[in-house]
Amino acid sequence: MRIRELTPRALNERLRGEGIGLRWGPFVSQIRIELPELTEPIHRLYADFSLCEEQFRDFRITIRHRGGRAQRAEFVLDNCYALPLFPRAIALGMLEWGLNWCVYNNIHSYLLIHAAVAARDDRAILLTGPPGSGKSTLCAALVGRGWRLLSDELAVIDPRTLDIWPLARPICLKEEAIDLIRENVPAAVFGPAIHGTAKGTIAHMRPPAESVERSNRPARATWIVLPRYDPGFRTGLEPVSSARGMLSLADNAFNYHLLGETAFDALSELVGQCRIARLYNSSLTDALRELEVLTTDAFRPPPQ
Amino acid sequence: MRNPAIDPLIESLVRPHSMAELSLKEWDALLPRARATLLLPRLAKLAERYGLIDGVPEVVHRHLITGIELAREQERSLKWELQRLERTLAALNCPVLLLKGAAYVATGLPMADGRLVSDIDIMIPPEALGRAESELLRAGWQFSKMDDYDRRYYLEWMHELPPLRHRQRQTLLDVHHAILPRTSRLRPDISLLWAAAQPLPGARFLTLSPADMLLHCAAHLFQDGDLHWRLRDLFDLHQMMDEFGRQSDFWPVLFTRAKMLDLERPLYYASRYCRRILATEIPAEAASKLERLAPSATARMGMDCVIPQTLIPPEGGPGVSSQGAALFLYMRSHWLRMPPPLLAAHLARKTFKRMREIRQTG
Repeated sequence: MRIRELTPRALNERLRGEGIGLRWGPFVSQIRIELPELTEPIHRLYADFSLCEEQFRDFRITIRHRGGRAQRAEFVLDNCYALPLFPRAIALGMLEWGLNWCVYNNIHSYLLIHAAVAARDDRAILLTGPPGSGKSTLCAALVGRGWRLLSDELAVIDPRTLDIWPLARPICLKEEAIDLIRENVPAAVFGPAIHGTAKGTIAHMRPPAESVERSNRPARATWIVLPRYDPGFRTGLEPVSSARGMLSLADNAFNYHLLGETAFDALSELVGQCRIARLYNSSLTDALRELEVLTTDAFRPPPQ
Repeated sequence: MRNPAIDPLIESLVRPHSMAELSLKEWDALLPRARATLLLPRLAKLAERYGLIDGVPEVVHRHLITGIELAREQERSLKWELQRLERTLAALNCPVLLLKGAAYVATGLPMADGRLVSDIDIMIPPEALGRAESELLRAGWQFSKMDDYDRRYYLEWMHELPPLRHRQRQTLLDVHHAILPRTSRLRPDISLLWAAAQPLPGARFLTLSPADMLLHCAAHLFQDGDLHWRLRDLFDLHQMMDEFGRQSDFWPVLFTRAKMLDLERPLYYASRYCRRILATEIPAEAASKLERLAPSATARMGMDCVIPQTLIPPEGGPGVSSQGAALFLYMRSHWLRMPPPLLAAHLARKTFKRMREIRQTG
């Protein structure tokens, strides 16, 4: 049964009771939420996810109220590890952030890279870079143009096969990017604006139903883009060598050092199969045009 | 066949073959408990050694692979960190003893396989402490943030420098000059430990002799600290009894050392709970000798009530542990290491501090 088929009231009861079983790509989590104000946003953002009744859950999450009148809440994994308390008003943001935290803190069978990933015909583009480089915004815009969403935050790479696994969870947009995507992707559905997070005001964009449906299907890395955002830039692509591309991926990996040689081998092979470019970006429309060039045959890779 | 009455976490540690028979539902309950007790890498390495890794369901497989990767990285980084330390401390020209996890890994003992080591523990002679401090600070180690009270607590009453953290590598280091606090009721004679210490082949470091290593682990678990979900440490003891016990003279030497070092009581508890929880095999002669070290029936019953449920997270999922048992053991560990007036002052101070924190955050 899909979440959209439940009434918000029924969803609320489940969230507060046993919790709901939610599959996102390769992972299954049991999610219990004691804050009723999260029911409506979850109902909206996760509308196309199916409730699952798996016997094995990777993560058991509880979000609950703490601290009396102070309006704080906490995120608890396995009924055992609690993240530091946070203001209750940003709980939805912490749910999304916390689910990613569960992965990069507990899963090292995959190489995990801080990157936004979208795919066309199972060929994936990885947008990687530090926070503020515009990867989520570009990812949301690509998804708005029909690309399949894998993740706005984590590239989950099987080091043996180099398959990239989707998570297909909501895309987190910050500050001006929220209105920019609202304008550019009129069909996008958003969760509530959340003020006062570490990243300022954020809002989540619902993943398209097709992306959720195909979240059991991995994609192959084909393009790697290192975006940089600055209003002063003239938007354009600049070819990047495999070696530099590999260093950027390693820099943005969560567990490169932990996996050691496995990660090195996987990344060297991965960059070998990709076109890599830096994207100087000051305008979303121009940037999308550049990415169109990159992802069609018009782009000439540099001599290696 | 697996006995359904036995806790699958315990069963998997003691008879790794049983992992092949776990159902998905059992894995679902087991993995969070393995994570909570820091035993996931240990279980994963056991599964690997017994050739079970590829037989487990795919969804479980990736968690075991995670455990193996954690174990591999841990061993690699720990060995490297020990090399760095060896260089830093060479200038001291004094013996340096590796303790606990770092010693297990450096000596390649079976307990090392997949054992997470959260901090490196070393012991140096008390007179070298000042020089060690300055060498370490110069090499990039820093004291973790603490207030004046905490710093004084460490320096005056504990048996170590305040914990150090490396500025770049974030490794944690505890430098001890004794194995139990100065104020503790048990007073093992440190010079005896130094006299029996053994050189580590190919390194400047020393490690404790097998008997002393076991006694130190027992003292640390049952005398010194917080027992909360420390099943891992009990399993260390189990593996030591198993491994060292192959030497025919191990148990007699162990009893002699326990008496000399004033650590008979921790040895009693170590063997009692190893046998009760992990079914550790102890030779009959040693077992009957152990009974003579028993405390009063009341003390034993008290411990029997709280120890198992504190060491092991409940089978229904880790959950919030039984607060009463945890508080009892916390008080007990302080009781054992501080004279009562000092203890009262310390706990009052801590309670006051905690209440202030709650008021601020709450």
